[in-house]
Amino acid sequence: MSSTPILEIRDLNVSLPGAGDRRYAAEGISLTVSAREIVCIVGESGSGKSVTASAVMGLLPKNVLRLESGQILLSGRDITHATNTELRELRGDRMAMIFQEPMTALNPLMQVGDQVAEIFQFHGPSLSRREVDARVLALLTDMRLPSPETLRHAYPHQLSGGQRQRVMIAMALAMEPALIIADEPTTALDVTSQAQVLRLLHGLRERHDTGILFITHDFDVVAEIADRVIVMQQGRIVEAGTAAEVLANPQHPYTRKLIDAVPKGQFGAGAPLAEADPVISVENLGMRFVTSSLFKAKRREVLALDGVSLSLARGETLGIVGESGSGKTTLGRCLAHFARPTSGRIVMNGEDVSRLSRAAWRQWCKRIQMVFQDPYRSFNPRLTIEATLAEGPMNYGEDRARVQARMRDMLALVSIDASALKRYPHEFSGGQRQRISIARALMMEPEILIADEAVSALDVSVQAQILDLLEHIREQLNLSMIFITHDLRVAARLCHRIAVMQRGRVMEIGPAEQIFTRPGSGYTQELLAAIPGKDGLGSRPVAGLALAGA
Amino acid sequence: MTSNVITFPRARAWWPALTRDPMMLTGLVLLVVLIGLSLLAPVITWHDPASLTPRLRLKPVSAEYWLGTDSLGRDLFSRVLYGGRLSITLAVLVSVISVCAGLLLGLLAGYFRRLDAVVMRIIDGIMAIPGLLLAIAMVALGGASIPTMVTAIAIPEIPRVARLVRSVVLSVREEPYVEASLGMGTATWRVLWRHVLPSTINPLVVQATFICASAILIEAVLGFLGLGFPPEIPSLGSIISEGRPFFQRAPWIILFPGIFLALLILSVNLFGDALRDRLDPRMARLRKG
Repeated sequence: MSSTPILEIRDLNVSLPGAGDRRYAAEGISLTVSAREIVCIVGESGSGKSVTASAVMGLLPKNVLRLESGQILLSGRDITHATNTELRELRGDRMAMIFQEPMTALNPLMQVGDQVAEIFQFHGPSLSRREVDARVLALLTDMRLPSPETLRHAYPHQLSGGQRQRVMIAMALAMEPALIIADEPTTALDVTSQAQVLRLLHGLRERHDTGILFITHDFDVVAEIADRVIVMQQGRIVEAGTAAEVLANPQHPYTRKLIDAVPKGQFGAGAPLAEADPVISVENLGMRFVTSSLFKAKRREVLALDGVSLSLARGETLGIVGESGSGKTTLGRCLAHFARPTSGRIVMNGEDVSRLSRAAWRQWCKRIQMVFQDPYRSFNPRLTIEATLAEGPMNYGEDRARVQARMRDMLALVSIDASALKRYPHEFSGGQRQRISIARALMMEPEILIADEAVSALDVSVQAQILDLLEHIREQLNLSMIFITHDLRVAARLCHRIAVMQRGRVMEIGPAEQIFTRPGSGYTQELLAAIPGKDGLGSRPVAGLALAGA
Repeated sequence: MTSNVITFPRARAWWPALTRDPMMLTGLVLLVVLIGLSLLAPVITWHDPASLTPRLRLKPVSAEYWLGTDSLGRDLFSRVLYGGRLSITLAVLVSVISVCAGLLLGLLAGYFRRLDAVVMRIIDGIMAIPGLLLAIAMVALGGASIPTMVTAIAIPEIPRVARLVRSVVLSVREEPYVEASLGMGTATWRVLWRHVLPSTINPLVVQATFICASAILIEAVLGFLGLGFPPEIPSLGSIISEGRPFFQRAPWIILFPGIFLALLILSVNLFGDALRDRLDPRMARLRKG
């Protein structure tokens, strides 16, 4: 490795405002990133990993977080107290950042090629228009974007998530910066796009001298690309070392806990149950959207669901796995009567319920309840937990005393203290809220629970707890469950059977183990191959390693 | 508790926070004083605002006539306070009526997508009418009574409220908690009442203060143009208008009602501005810490 590291952080302290439970968002952080090196910072939400990155970029929210002490050196130059003008010169030129959500980080009203060109125009005003064009094209080609010549004229919304993220990376790379900070760049992406982006970042090292500081919560991603790992907890570094060392032989208990919480592709649910008595079945369900636009004469039809047929046995957990746009959420919404399918039938108790009016559906909706993805937005911030939980049963005119008793039972079932009833949603963490969300669904005494990405917004360790809870509840109450997720590993852990969806169709449906070990469709194989962290982890059987090899 | 959990401003937390804000405090104190003076006009003043004493016309400020007298020898102090009382009454009525009507239309348009096109086209129609012109026409037709004036000033304000409410409803109805509630069999009207309506309250309160300010101003303009209430009812606009020919001899006739009007509008706007900073969740997040 070369002499001066690209980035050196010395004893960085960033203080939190007010009298919180923690004085520092990041405390005593020291780290280095050398050229041609990928350093991963791993930690759960609130660990201070993003704060550290923002401090380097000079992007700490003003008046909220304050850089109290410490030094940040970029290629040996102290930029700790650089002015905004200096930082503006550095950003994009010497250091660049890739954000989590490329859709919001790109300007929706500008063609992506122009957005890349803007970087050149700002940092290299001497370049002619033609030179800039050539460089943009070269960069987009370098990012392995399909047909870069046409793609450069596309607007961000016309690209897929993975393509957008690659455009972001192209922008970050434009001036060949010494340092790239990537803040959860693949968290919002599908597995296959994630695999592409990771491969791309990994490959950059070979061709550029760039050092990459990569922030993630996912140990599988670490296993895939990291040279060195830094584990953060509560604003402090608890462990640091080479990726191989840390993954194979974690020293700190917190690191061990994080690694253990990663779903390792065990099959939790066992063999599928007999399908004699389906609680709900879907026959040839179709959902067609017609897009119309004022200026486009041509209408485009989108088949969100295209002849989907499946059934759910009593006591079974059916996983619906697919990437974004596969129709898995639409399917869940149709089942829960939030959307009306355009063709096909949804049969419960021998009756087609797919086209019932809202009033008629009221008879049925107690039976199907949903646990939503975003634990922060699925509660009305103005209502106490008590009011939220009681709402459903009270709609059906249940006795107040009975509802009260059941609220306590259900909260106990999801391991939340009964004192929660008088509190407001914002007083709970994401995991706690998701528990309460499950309790809310259970208040209706449903037969079927639909969990739409119910754990994807949570940290891994919390994720594991919620999965355990769901399984426990299903067993205890003999529920049937439809578990919608983009994460094959999570589905493997919880589901009896898995249906893999792509473009509105069920590509494959079968027992969880069969899907993993003997995938029938090419698409399933692709998905399995894209799971990060399969190799490079040494002896540790993380993720799909054991399965894909079998 | 923590910094990474989003907190929402809660109704109970308003009051102490409001009074800590110097801008809001200034607006609030000024407003309370002005409203107090106006509403207590019959108690505070000792001259009938309409009684003519031609012998004492155009008298300057004195112990008997605190703000002097006008061209017909009427006590300016009591005229200004009575005028203020009229303005404030009118402003409150206007904002209540326009907020209620706008809220209803906005809820309908925002929540029931099929009604949206119809309701919003009606709103567009109302927006096409210039406010002042409508007021002039209505007063000319129906005479200057409080109901006519209130209606005339309130109607042009309705579209602004309706559009505001509609935009809030449009975003709230997509919130998962609304969906969650619907999924538990909650009736539509209950969803509107419990989950949607409360989110519109904060922006509406803010909007209502701005409507108050603009209503006071429009009433004054109408009075100044001679289209307001009959001359025996004092209004800030008509006092200023009547004082115009005497500005050089007796500037106080214009100055005092003018200052009162300016302070009244300023305090309402200050209060509204600070209220918005407080209640707008985006603003709240910026200043959180």
